[in-house]
Amino acid sequence: MSTVIMQLFNGISVGSILLLAAVGLTITFGLMGIINMAHGEFIMIGAYTTYVVQLIFQKYFPGGFSAYVLVALVLSFLITALLGYLLEKIIIRYLYDRPEDSLLVTWGLSLILQQLARNIFGAPDVSVTSPKFLQGNVAIGANIDLPINRLAILAIAILALGGVAYLLFRTKFGRNINATMQNRQMAAALGINTKRIDSLTFALGTGLAGLAGCAVTWIGSIGPSIGQDYIINAFITVVVGGAGTLLGTIFGSTFMGVGNTTLEYLTNPSIGQALVLILVIIILQFKPKGVFSLNSRKIDD
Amino acid sequence: MKKHWHRSWFLLCLSIAFISLLSGCSSAVAGLARPSKTTTTSDKVIKVGILHSLSGTMANSEIPVEQAELLAIKQINANGGVLGKQVVPVIEDGASDNATFAEKADQLLNQYHVATVFGCWTSASRKAVLPIFEHNNGLLWYPVQYEGMESSPNIMYMGAAPNQQIVPAVNFMTQHFGKKVFLVGSDYVFPRTANAIIDQQAKQLHMTVVGEKYVPMGSTDFSTIITQIKKANPDYIVNTLNGGSNDAFFKQLHEAGIAANTTPTISASVAEQEVKGIGNTYMAGQYTSWNYYQSQNNPENKAFIKAFRAANGANSVTDDPIEAGYNAVHLWAKAVKKAGTTKVAAVRQAAKGLSYAAPEGKVTIDGDNQHLYKTVRIGKVASNGVINTVWQSPQPVKPDPYLKGYAWAGMLNQGQ
Repeated sequence: MSTVIMQLFNGISVGSILLLAAVGLTITFGLMGIINMAHGEFIMIGAYTTYVVQLIFQKYFPGGFSAYVLVALVLSFLITALLGYLLEKIIIRYLYDRPEDSLLVTWGLSLILQQLARNIFGAPDVSVTSPKFLQGNVAIGANIDLPINRLAILAIAILALGGVAYLLFRTKFGRNINATMQNRQMAAALGINTKRIDSLTFALGTGLAGLAGCAVTWIGSIGPSIGQDYIINAFITVVVGGAGTLLGTIFGSTFMGVGNTTLEYLTNPSIGQALVLILVIIILQFKPKGVFSLNSRKIDD
Repeated sequence: MKKHWHRSWFLLCLSIAFISLLSGCSSAVAGLARPSKTTTTSDKVIKVGILHSLSGTMANSEIPVEQAELLAIKQINANGGVLGKQVVPVIEDGASDNATFAEKADQLLNQYHVATVFGCWTSASRKAVLPIFEHNNGLLWYPVQYEGMESSPNIMYMGAAPNQQIVPAVNFMTQHFGKKVFLVGSDYVFPRTANAIIDQQAKQLHMTVVGEKYVPMGSTDFSTIITQIKKANPDYIVNTLNGGSNDAFFKQLHEAGIAANTTPTISASVAEQEVKGIGNTYMAGQYTSWNYYQSQNNPENKAFIKAFRAANGANSVTDDPIEAGYNAVHLWAKAVKKAGTTKVAAVRQAAKGLSYAAPEGKVTIDGDNQHLYKTVRIGKVASNGVINTVWQSPQPVKPDPYLKGYAWAGMLNQGQ
């Protein structure tokens, strides 16, 4: 029984990491139609931001070291959002309605960003130490220990998701995003600055990737190529759930997380991943647009 | 007007991105002039190939080895070169892709006509270039410990054979911690062969393998495996994960409360370089099995560390594969001097029984299988990240890539 509960928690935890990595993609891929292959590199930039913030705290504020987490969370979001904003202004805005080109350009960009990271931080991986309050376990019964850092990542994922949902459905900015993505000319005719909305939406997507990057430093490695570890699964999550819907992203990440850990437990890790991908293929046979596909009012659908 | 401005802004940014990419490449080449393709063997210089992944997932591991090889070439040139000629490296990027490795190996041998090649890391890349070296009668100096079961006349193996790493590691851990072992590895040829060896060894030592799990390369989630480890409750864990998976594995072991002092892990692919990346907190008290540690106290090692830091920054660390790459270049130079030529057949002949006072201590090329006699060392990671030797073989161990010296390994080497 305890194993079942532990495995269920592991599945949800893996799902929450995927959710963080994928929620930004839901926005850039699902809403904007940009296949951003450099999304993983924004995760990488978020992770290195956390690393740098940690170094600064170690050097100048060793007393308040644990507080670096909060600063890192905020900065990893802001810096990646800013970079995303610039990227949209410089390159991405020439690529709307050209998904194949966006794929190639952002893939090239991901190579450039990886090489830059390698030049700046060196080729070997670097490490981030979790603060004391994120280390250790919460024991809730025999053989059921929930690692605190995983609980924290789960909390961050839920908060990020809630924040995005609020932004998209309860604010004027969100309404403008939806209007622009559904009918650009009409939105522009009604006085929405659609170019500004594009930039800010893309920045939101990359910022969320940065946030994911900050969170994964507590459980994994930080190296120039860590983005590659997450990008494929993040895309699958978005596609299987239904591009552009938050509900679909929640479903996709939970399905991938719990599916992976369960099948991995029953077989072995390599076979488990293969079985999950087979399930994904079967789902997409019946639901080609994903499980929670939107009945979009987008003009070109 | 506005549109025009945007276009020039776009071009400016593109060129900045392009220049920074170029600067990345040029720093990797480190200002070394690349000989033109048309010149064949010149009278003034000896060209040698360097073939490592300078990009992609293996770059993190292979770039420091490349740096050590370039350092050794620089040292040799400073001392007058080889046979009165300067050694010029021709650097190619294997890009973490086996097909690229094969293509570049062919280029080095047939277009640049290099005297020898230093390179590769993964067994998969070595297997990819092996037929090319055999077909063209080239000579590859391979710097990494590996799974054995191979002995090509066209490869010089600078890393440990299984009897110089895996087998003594399991002996040591079983003696000190008990007979229940859990095996974790990346899903490719080295971990699978290493664990096949351990499975056989376990029967001999009356050990129980309570779990054997493989994760895909680059995997970062170990929660399920950790649940299984907790359930199986082994006396120790043998870790043959490669690359970034190690960071995730040790962080998640730590978070799950599987402590080094109760259930220690011994790793085959975690050296000083990786310890730095994983973090001292997560690695303190864990064991490793190698032939060289940075902490070794001898004049050769001190000189090596000093030179490596002078070339690559005061914070750079040295470890076993880095040292092996460095040894490879020096051993090749010694063999060429002894042979009086760079011809592969003569160099191979001269290399037989050749010794070198390496940073790890004396190494000798075994004439039979072109592996090295090496001292085996079990290390323990201290809380400051230094790996200290806790056990070492009394003298250098004869390499035995097919484990012919072990009766229990009969099942494994039938294939040769």
